[in-house]
Amino acid sequence: MTIKDWFNKRKELQIAHRELDETHIDDHIGDLWIQCYNCGAQLLRKDVENNMDVCPECHYHFRINSEKRIKQLFDEGSFVEMFKNILPTDPLKFVDTEPYQKRLDAAKSKTNLDEAVRCGTGKIDGEEVVAAVMDFEYMGGSMGSVVGEKITLAMEYALEHRLPMIAVTASGGARMQESALSLMQMAKTSCAVSRLQEAGILYITVLTEPTYGGVTASFATLGDVIIAEQGARIGFAGRRVIEQTIKQNLPSNFQTAEYLMQFGQIDILSDRAHLKSTISQVLKLHKPRVEEKNEAKHTKKAAKTAKKSSKSKTNDEAKNEYASV
Amino acid sequence: MNMLQFEKNLYELREKIDELQKQGEKSGQDMTTEVKHFQKLADEYAEELYSNLTPSQKIQIARHSERPNFKDFVDRMTENFIEFHGDRVGTDDRAIVGGPCEIDGIPVMLIGTYKGKTTKENLVHNFGMPQPQGYRKALRLFKHAEKFNMPIVTLIDTPGAYPGIKAEETAQGTAIAVNLAELAKLTVPVIAVITGEGCSGGALGLAVANKVLMLEHAYYTVISPEGCASILWRDASLADKAAEALKITPEDLLKFKIIDEIVKEPQGGAHYDPDLTAKNLKKKIVKCLKELLPMSAEELREDRYNKFRTKGVFLK
Repeated sequence: MTIKDWFNKRKELQIAHRELDETHIDDHIGDLWIQCYNCGAQLLRKDVENNMDVCPECHYHFRINSEKRIKQLFDEGSFVEMFKNILPTDPLKFVDTEPYQKRLDAAKSKTNLDEAVRCGTGKIDGEEVVAAVMDFEYMGGSMGSVVGEKITLAMEYALEHRLPMIAVTASGGARMQESALSLMQMAKTSCAVSRLQEAGILYITVLTEPTYGGVTASFATLGDVIIAEQGARIGFAGRRVIEQTIKQNLPSNFQTAEYLMQFGQIDILSDRAHLKSTISQVLKLHKPRVEEKNEAKHTKKAAKTAKKSSKSKTNDEAKNEYASV
Repeated sequence: MNMLQFEKNLYELREKIDELQKQGEKSGQDMTTEVKHFQKLADEYAEELYSNLTPSQKIQIARHSERPNFKDFVDRMTENFIEFHGDRVGTDDRAIVGGPCEIDGIPVMLIGTYKGKTTKENLVHNFGMPQPQGYRKALRLFKHAEKFNMPIVTLIDTPGAYPGIKAEETAQGTAIAVNLAELAKLTVPVIAVITGEGCSGGALGLAVANKVLMLEHAYYTVISPEGCASILWRDASLADKAAEALKITPEDLLKFKIIDEIVKEPQGGAHYDPDLTAKNLKKKIVKCLKELLPMSAEELREDRYNKFRTKGVFLK
């Protein structure tokens, strides 16, 4: 045996060993057990779920869907979903390796959702808010026409009823399959935020794993208060794109919430367990000012309010038609 | 003139015709009928070629190194341009340039992305890819224009906002988002022109406007075809396919009401006749200005809001 042969044999053995290792891990990933991506601990799925989908060993935050997020953030049974009648279509007849319509159907059957965002009203420790909660499981939480429209409608509802607005983001960015129409949703949602800003309505954004691209570059980073969940990765360009552009490896903590905090981009960093109480605290601290303005407006424009209340009545009626979650 | 790959046959044909003419002159034979005949054929071929451009061919024209840029348009369309530098908090991002000028006697704030033409210029201007500081510089100029009641015209030709470490650390996403929201609030007319490449949020950060114009061979998209291909097909070399699917040409975008008007270019693209291109563009800009200038601040804001409010296609 030459030295070269010996090296080759050694290499093959190593590869075989590695493959064995992988199947070994696979065996353990079932419905019952999950492995922590961070510390590698084998965990009972039930234990993780009871711990708000946070690893009990290392505190790693698993991604969660909108269903769980809503449950964790809102008072029990208070979230009433709105705008469920807005549904996606395929205006461009877009086909990549699969037609867009097929992807939409697959996303729907996988998640049981109509789109990548759920909007509605809900209560957080008794405080009524309008909320948009994104779902990464539906086509990577990407923003197309429907996501943009629903978020804009939610913001307009918050404006009309003078309620605080909360956006919980989880998205890879704009949806490529709707091309420029998706791009326009960035402008549309940002225009809606500009109206909230001018009306002095509190807008809180909660950035969760992951928040990227067109969502980061529009309504996600326009919050009066920006809260990021621990460990969430947040950025404009994707890690790989940056690495390819600058031909360098990036530090492992690049674009994490903790990293962005260092660079002054977010107000508050919160772990999942404290997220609800943090939002609630922010809401309470901003409440008096919002109410004051509300009253001032009511006394100033009494005639206008009368008109508005008849308008909001029809809106309340409309709201009642939406399904409760 | 740098020839594009798909123009090769046309260039060869024209070269042959030139040779024929020269030969005729040399030998004293009268070749004018033949030359005229072939020239007519070449013109017909050119017409056919340029009126049936594929999206990827259009992209090649949009990216042509000699395509008229911000400076070319300033020289041909405006008077008294004076460049304003810097974001006033530490940086002068050269990928975005701007300043006040006059278009047809109307004072206007002209802001645009700038790639430069030579390699040296490309490097100085970062190939037209702005950093967050560039968007903040643009915002400062927007506010300046608003203060002095000047309409704003933006000229956009960018492969996108720059993806880099510093850009992320200084909040590229936030810089663009803030521009979108602030553009919505402006009390002066805003006209955006996609003159070449209009890629993603990097372009949109200057394009929340009352009127969005687009040059005939420009393209406007949510992601570069290369980026789209590498994500959806996992193969960047399928960019042509992605360009087709993304519907990035002005004709398609007009159909989906993403843009308002197309500005005609000379045959083959703006680089064949920058003067004519600038003339066409100036005419359209002046027309839009005359339409928007009589509107009140509130009307302009309402118009801009409604314009973007209605974008998108969905079932209801």
